[in-house]
Amino acid sequence: MSPRPGFVLEVDRSTPPTLFWHGEGFRLEKLPTGSRVLYAPEPLDPLEDPVGSIRRALLQPMGDAEPLPELLRPGMKLTIAFDDVSLPLPPMRSPDARQLVIEQVLDLAAEAGVDDVVLICALALHRRLTEAEMRHCVGDRIYDAFAPQGLLQQHDAEDADNLIHLGLTDHGEDVEINKRAATSDLLVYVNINLVAMDGGHKSVATGLASYRSLRHHHNARTMQQSRSFMDQHRSELHTSNWRMGRLIAESGVKVFQIETTLNTDTFPPQMRFLERREWEWSGRDRAGFLATSTALKRTPDRLARQILHSVRSPYRMTSVQAGEVEAVHAQTTENVYRQQLVAVEGQTDILTLGLPYICPYNVNSIMNPILVACLGLGYFFNMYKGRPLVREGGVVIMSHPTPWAFHPGHHPSYIDFFEQVLSETTDPAEVGKYEEAYATDPWYVHLYRTGNAYHGVHPFYMWYWCAHALEHLGAVIIVGGDRAAVRRLGFTPASTMADALEMATDVVGRDPSLTHLHSPPLIMADVS
Amino acid sequence: MVPEVRTPPTSPVGDGSEPAGDAPAPGPGPGPLAIAGALAGTRILVTGATGFLGTALVERLLRRVPDCEVVVLVRRTRRLSAAERTQREIVRNDCFDRLRAEWGEGFAEQIGRRLSAVTGDVGRDGLGLDDAGREILASCDTVIHSAATVSFDAPLDTAVEVNLLGPSRVAAAISGAAPARRAAYPERPATHLVTVSTAYVAGTHQGEATETLYTEAIQSGARARTHSTVTTEVDISAEIDSARRLRADLESESRRPGQLGHFTKVARGELGAAGSHVLAERAEKLRDDWVKKQLVEAGRARAQALGWPDAYAFTKALGERALVGSHPDVAVTVVRPSIIESALAEPRPGWIRGFRMAEPIIISYARGLLKQFPGVPEGVVDVIPVDMVVAALLAVAAAGADPSGASVYQVASSARNPLRYGELVGLVQLWFTEHPLYDSDGQPIMVPEWSFPGRGRVQRQLRRASTAFAVAERVLGVLPVRGERADLAARIEDQHTRADRALGYVELYGAYAETEAHFRVDRLLQLWARLDGSEREAFCFDPGVIEWSHYVSDVHLPSIVDHARVRSTPARSTMVSRSERAKTAILSPDRHLAAFDLENTLIASNVVESYAWLASRHLPAGERVALTARLVREAPALLALDRRDRGDFLRSFYRRYEGASQELLRHDSWELFHHMLLTKSFPAGFARVRAHRALGHKTVLITGALDFVIEPLRPLFDEVVCASLGVDADGHFTGRLDERPPTGEARALILARYAADNGLDLGESVAYADSTSDLPLLECVGFPVAVNPEARLAAVARRRGWHVEQWDKAGGGGRPAVPMGPLDHGVSRWWTRLEGMVDTLTAGVGDR
Repeated sequence: MSPRPGFVLEVDRSTPPTLFWHGEGFRLEKLPTGSRVLYAPEPLDPLEDPVGSIRRALLQPMGDAEPLPELLRPGMKLTIAFDDVSLPLPPMRSPDARQLVIEQVLDLAAEAGVDDVVLICALALHRRLTEAEMRHCVGDRIYDAFAPQGLLQQHDAEDADNLIHLGLTDHGEDVEINKRAATSDLLVYVNINLVAMDGGHKSVATGLASYRSLRHHHNARTMQQSRSFMDQHRSELHTSNWRMGRLIAESGVKVFQIETTLNTDTFPPQMRFLERREWEWSGRDRAGFLATSTALKRTPDRLARQILHSVRSPYRMTSVQAGEVEAVHAQTTENVYRQQLVAVEGQTDILTLGLPYICPYNVNSIMNPILVACLGLGYFFNMYKGRPLVREGGVVIMSHPTPWAFHPGHHPSYIDFFEQVLSETTDPAEVGKYEEAYATDPWYVHLYRTGNAYHGVHPFYMWYWCAHALEHLGAVIIVGGDRAAVRRLGFTPASTMADALEMATDVVGRDPSLTHLHSPPLIMADVS
Repeated sequence: MVPEVRTPPTSPVGDGSEPAGDAPAPGPGPGPLAIAGALAGTRILVTGATGFLGTALVERLLRRVPDCEVVVLVRRTRRLSAAERTQREIVRNDCFDRLRAEWGEGFAEQIGRRLSAVTGDVGRDGLGLDDAGREILASCDTVIHSAATVSFDAPLDTAVEVNLLGPSRVAAAISGAAPARRAAYPERPATHLVTVSTAYVAGTHQGEATETLYTEAIQSGARARTHSTVTTEVDISAEIDSARRLRADLESESRRPGQLGHFTKVARGELGAAGSHVLAERAEKLRDDWVKKQLVEAGRARAQALGWPDAYAFTKALGERALVGSHPDVAVTVVRPSIIESALAEPRPGWIRGFRMAEPIIISYARGLLKQFPGVPEGVVDVIPVDMVVAALLAVAAAGADPSGASVYQVASSARNPLRYGELVGLVQLWFTEHPLYDSDGQPIMVPEWSFPGRGRVQRQLRRASTAFAVAERVLGVLPVRGERADLAARIEDQHTRADRALGYVELYGAYAETEAHFRVDRLLQLWARLDGSEREAFCFDPGVIEWSHYVSDVHLPSIVDHARVRSTPARSTMVSRSERAKTAILSPDRHLAAFDLENTLIASNVVESYAWLASRHLPAGERVALTARLVREAPALLALDRRDRGDFLRSFYRRYEGASQELLRHDSWELFHHMLLTKSFPAGFARVRAHRALGHKTVLITGALDFVIEPLRPLFDEVVCASLGVDADGHFTGRLDERPPTGEARALILARYAADNGLDLGESVAYADSTSDLPLLECVGFPVAVNPEARLAAVARRRGWHVEQWDKAGGGGRPAVPMGPLDHGVSRWWTRLEGMVDTLTAGVGDR
């Protein structure tokens, strides 16, 4: 039986309450009759033999690329770059897709007698990975072989000695990336394309870049012109990255791109109810829901967070493409869409979202208020192709506890951004005037380089990520959030969904249409 | 500036209005009395002019007696000369506001011409006058001696020196200056001494007290007791000697080793390991306080043994006795006011200076702190407005000395116009019900109903409360609390202080609320009868005119509420604005330097946790548990040592690093910082350091932590002062410190040296710390800040008005539950294998 495609349910009187993620817990909400609920397509069948498929992709590359073995020769300088822990979410059960791919690349390199190999985690301005996280990404074998020699590196966007300025694009954008990667005879980039935004030229042009380069597309203007940034053909973010990627190629950097896609098998069996449609819940699903939600409710927040962050997702690989960047990425995007796209007819007045405990920037950490905004308005809001799910001037209602809490090790500049910048203004364009100071602050740079802290400028990017939504929406309401924190974000707090819907009618009028994005698992709406 | 009078003016005479030789001799004769007229052209010396009564007296003289000259006898202090004190403490007082308005531009000129200061001290023989001073004294027609120590709980020896001996000393000085006066001003009468005593020299027992001097009472023989004055015979010189000897005895007693040990112990209990200087200072203060307390108690006991309520009345009474008859050549008049309170009309209704006897009681009551005050409702509270006492003094001065010898006037209300205690309480209660004070939340405070209990019961209740608070305080002091909970300790201490204060009021003033004595004012009224209408208006001293409900409700209470600076409107808490003000001052560009302690000031961690983390980092799983168990077992001993002496604690604790690899620890410390210390940090603290730097202040971290542990923090500061361990030839730590660790006083010295080397002013600097062991550091800067203070520092900060910050952890830091490094998979293979098995098993579940 082939997996069922995505589904748009129209709520009627017999529809059971809808499950909303609510941080480290859940809420069951009875949505008004006539509301639409978007369910993700069921997980696609995984590759039977992922390792064999990887091998085949490396030997039969796409576009005008030569097979990988032909690009490898003794004495050459090889760099393998790979995505950081910001994906997949939740982290996938071992072995990670990156590990599988890198092992194959390394095997071929060993066969070809390449001995100058360096692995670089392409984390851009994200935080450095801990040892445990790094081991999870690449596996113990690679870690133990490379890390002690210093050959398993993390990209340092503040290490002036290991950055190279490749020039300006025809739009005057600086292209400055990791020197080791840029000066290698071959740069292999290993991707996990969890959502349609990932991969392509963005891999190298963003993942291995410095602030000097990133600021050209990570800003309010670009994000407002990316509609959405999940749709690369209508995304200014991608256009800029493509310009940079082409400049990188013209500069003589030879990139061999490997992209993988995953299915939507997001949660382990005991949490499978999260992937099922409520009216189809079996007795076991109900029991699972009751047990999980009751247990989480009774567990202290910190412990609940720890438990959820230890969840390993049973994601399976659905495709692997290798070769020339653009050819590879076109195919990859198709595959992502095949798994995630759901056709939706028309926009809605109110979009409701249940926000989970995790987003790309709080793996093994807490989702602070800025990340709550970013996950809802940056990610979920932008999970569309064509037109936004919610109409212009509409309302987004998000459900999340939004605690006024931050991880001081991971998000130090977020704390100050929240206290100093958002207290002044929440306008993404206005916020930009503080950007330079945060980006160049020596203390944040110090924590980014030596610890596990996001770069000082990162909270600004999170806020820019919301720029399109903030411009588009009439109001944002957070249900069940810390009131002070929600207000600081510039949003409206509501204690119940019913209250939130009442408030929303002030903006969108009586009898509004409502659509709920039942995610995760990930869904991308194709709105006609 | 008031010029200090050096020489008497060549012509002491005014503009012809001086009393001519053939004018009727001023005196208590039956003729009409014109006060301003009689005093015009005279020179009047006032002692105690910086006091409540004295200031009002000087002001009234200058304003109502246009042609007189006023000389004030003022003590020089260490910082200020007599003239400066006069300017600052008399002329600038709001008592002179009316004069300032009336005289306008001419104010300074008038003051300069008519008010002068002479340096002197009534506590010294000869009043401490130099030749010029004596010359000035000789030129004075009247001396009004109002200097006294009015505190009811003054140490006995102070009260004896000032209250008992003061009047006689003034008389002696006048007597000594008499020949010079006769030579210089042969046409003028001898200097008239008007001395201010108290009505309570008669004691507080029932019945009438007449205007009778002790000598007169004694002369009337067996009928002495009918005067209702204390007639116990007292050997005055023996009392003086005994008081002086007692002071000497107590001073030496307080220096005995046993006592000194006790003071040191108490100081240590209060301040902990604050360093020897701070402790010594505190212990010395405790010794001084102890001596004072013994003298106060001795004074009260002696007074009560002889029939007076307290040392004040006792020494005043003996002062009168010593004065009368000591210098028969000096014309003396004694004026005995009762309890002097705010002005009825002059210079303005409600004018008051200083917080006096009734005010603290009334305010405590209005704030709901004093739930009960003993007293007899039908008892009489003898209150007299200050302007009436002033007017009476001037009338007495104008009337001149009684040629038949020393005489006495009482200025009191009880006989002529009694204010019943019950009535007063009713008025106060009504007023505060209509005009409540507000608590810090802006809520009105309901005043309690007084049931006029006996003194004994109230005292018992308050003593019990005080004891309970003391116990709670001790318990909290021992517990390692800080932050909000330490605030509770500070609040308890506050309550304790309040209970003690209330107890003090009851013990001191209880007798005055129970008194049923009536002070006759017959002689005063005879004087009053001699005034015509306009004189009576300008110099009103008839207690009969006081309408008590008006005086209490419209004059006195509004004035003292205003004076007490209590919250009388439901406005938002001024505490917020005070703390905001402090913050603004701290973050002013004018500051030079900001010094930070580390543990519990910037990071909620300590050297033991850091050690546990580092030591466990590469231990196999089993040994990690053992390490934790060991540290938990040792915790109480470590805590105790830390409290005794931080330096010793660090020295002994750091021995544990002996033999550890320097390279490894330096490497692991980065992980320790990012994974544990940072997650336990106070982001507001880091933001503060950065804010100081952004303002251009130098930032200094002073900590007893080890250099490699705080290495990652270095970029935050301009200067880091920390401990460092010696390293042997193989690169292992020796476990011995290179230098003495920067703790206690060393911190203040280090900071002082750093400031001096960099040309910075500590007075313009800020220091942040959390415990009393940092007192030397906090005390050496101009802007100390207590961060999440532990109980003892919270109390100190509260007492001294230091800015307090409560900084919290970020709330979302995934800090480890126990301070342990992540498991080193390299050394704990079996654990790794176990984890792998669990992973495989759960994966299997997924596939089924």
